[in-house]
Amino acid sequence: MTDTTHSDVAIRREPRFAWFRQLLRDPLGCLGLVLVLLIILSAIGADIIAPHDYKALDVKSRLAGPSWDHLLGTDNLGRDTFSRILHGGQIALYVALVSVGSSLLLGLVLGMLAGYGPTWLDNLLMWFFDSVRAFPVIMFALAVITVVGPSLETIIFVVIVTTTPGYARIARASTLATKSTEFILAERALGARVPRIMFSHLVPNIVQPLLILASMDIPVVITIEAGLSFLGLGVKPPTPSWGSILNDGYGFIRNTPWLVIAGGIPLIITTLGFTFLGEALRDVLDPKLKKER
Amino acid sequence: MLFYTIKRLGLAILIVCLAMLMLLSAIHMVPGDPAGIALGPRATPEMRAEFRALMGMDQPFFVQYFRFLGNVVTGDLGVDVWSKRPVSTMIGEQLPHTIALAMTGLGWAIMLGIPMGCYSAVHRNSVLDKLTGVLSVGCIAIPSFIVGLYALLLFAVELKIFPAIGAGDAGDIRDQLVHLVLPGLAVGLGWVGYLARFVRTSMLEVMGENHIRMARAYGLSNRRITYIYALKLAILPTVALLGVGVGSLISGAVFAEIIFARPGIGKMVVDAVNTRNYPIVMGGVLVTTMLFALSTLISDLIAAWLDPRIRQGL
Repeated sequence: MTDTTHSDVAIRREPRFAWFRQLLRDPLGCLGLVLVLLIILSAIGADIIAPHDYKALDVKSRLAGPSWDHLLGTDNLGRDTFSRILHGGQIALYVALVSVGSSLLLGLVLGMLAGYGPTWLDNLLMWFFDSVRAFPVIMFALAVITVVGPSLETIIFVVIVTTTPGYARIARASTLATKSTEFILAERALGARVPRIMFSHLVPNIVQPLLILASMDIPVVITIEAGLSFLGLGVKPPTPSWGSILNDGYGFIRNTPWLVIAGGIPLIITTLGFTFLGEALRDVLDPKLKKER
Repeated sequence: MLFYTIKRLGLAILIVCLAMLMLLSAIHMVPGDPAGIALGPRATPEMRAEFRALMGMDQPFFVQYFRFLGNVVTGDLGVDVWSKRPVSTMIGEQLPHTIALAMTGLGWAIMLGIPMGCYSAVHRNSVLDKLTGVLSVGCIAIPSFIVGLYALLLFAVELKIFPAIGAGDAGDIRDQLVHLVLPGLAVGLGWVGYLARFVRTSMLEVMGENHIRMARAYGLSNRRITYIYALKLAILPTVALLGVGVGSLISGAVFAEIIFARPGIGKMVVDAVNTRNYPIVMGGVLVTTMLFALSTLISDLIAAWLDPRIRQGL
């Protein structure tokens, strides 16, 4: 047998990144990708792009409208709104990545434990998840903030607690579906231990729907952060957040419309971008989910 | 059906109790002293001890929990730290405003969402259908406080078509309704998107069924088939979805209440958070959680009533 015959019988594989090409064929998916990249790049490059120091006060030109010097005008302390928005993007993405990442990991582990472990553990965890889901998120956040006080860490904690059950439920369902398949049975017959089965065999098979959920959760988390900051219960000033820019704008809505307009635009871009991208990813990677929704 | 109802009701009560247990234990696990935070740094140890005794915080954890549950069952939610008024009375005053707001939001959702979904289903894959699809995703994605702020800016501050703040004069129904329009839109726009998508999917399902083909064969007009025969069936699962909607609209009303300076549970709780008024926050969270659980319960019961297969599931 020579090499040539060997390559003839090689299994035909889908070209790598086929899903990515498919994603690019979806116009909304493309739009989402562009918007998401725009937000990520502007947040990463905030220090370079920002025309002014986001903390610098310029009291003489406070509440100014857009001009070449201040692209989106200034706020009530004369700070450049455009620079504050760029830096606000860093906060938004930081909260989103840390909390979505942690709830994904936590949900994955808890969901696998529920699906693979004994029945009593499954029931206990499911009860726990159901009671967390019984809370309206904002109300839960307000209750926690009353006790702990507002901060970035509080927001992250609240988001992790309230979104983990979503991931855990999906991970549990996929674990239940995968655990009685033949390759897992074979693995068990070979004497593999539980951690090995869980982490090297179950995880690759159940992680995909979780990633799709994560991409759709990012805008939700960013909304929660901005919403709480808008209520004055999120990040502390002078840290720039889109929500606190909106809060300033709300206070001066009769003096200038620009703060409210400027604070809302990045939130609209981010939520739409991630949602379009998430939906397109879901359609490409997991057509089954599309039918259920 | 009765058996299912009892089981589902028991589960709802259990979940609310567990949720409260978690809330209380989360508060206990947090480092720091609620009394110290509420009274500020200048409080004397005696003042803190008095505050703790007033709130029952000097008791062991489970005593506190069961006392709290017992009080809730009898309708006692404690008293406001500052004005000493019963929290249940205060919630009773605010709740109608929040419910009216949630209902207006639901009204917006039904008025816009159902026709949008119907149209998309009937004119499947047309340009307008695709546009509606994008629009409904947009409605779902954009945060309600952005909708509220932009609506306030455009219609109340710039164009001055609608009033900006308050709930209108008490007793003047027309004035109160006008004050509900914009906040209702802010609360309900997300649900316009949900409903449009949901109605579209269930309409498409129904339109493929045999009896609709039969109606077509009889030569009934398209309009009659769509709105009388298909919509009637497609609307049933939507009703169940709306149940969940009411619950989330009540807690989602927070932002609209703040932006439009309306009285309501959400505004009451946010104000209480700022003054560390612990009993009001707990009471508000408890009532909204219960309403949330109740509306999920009702929508599950409707779903089970419509589809007997679900009854066996629990």
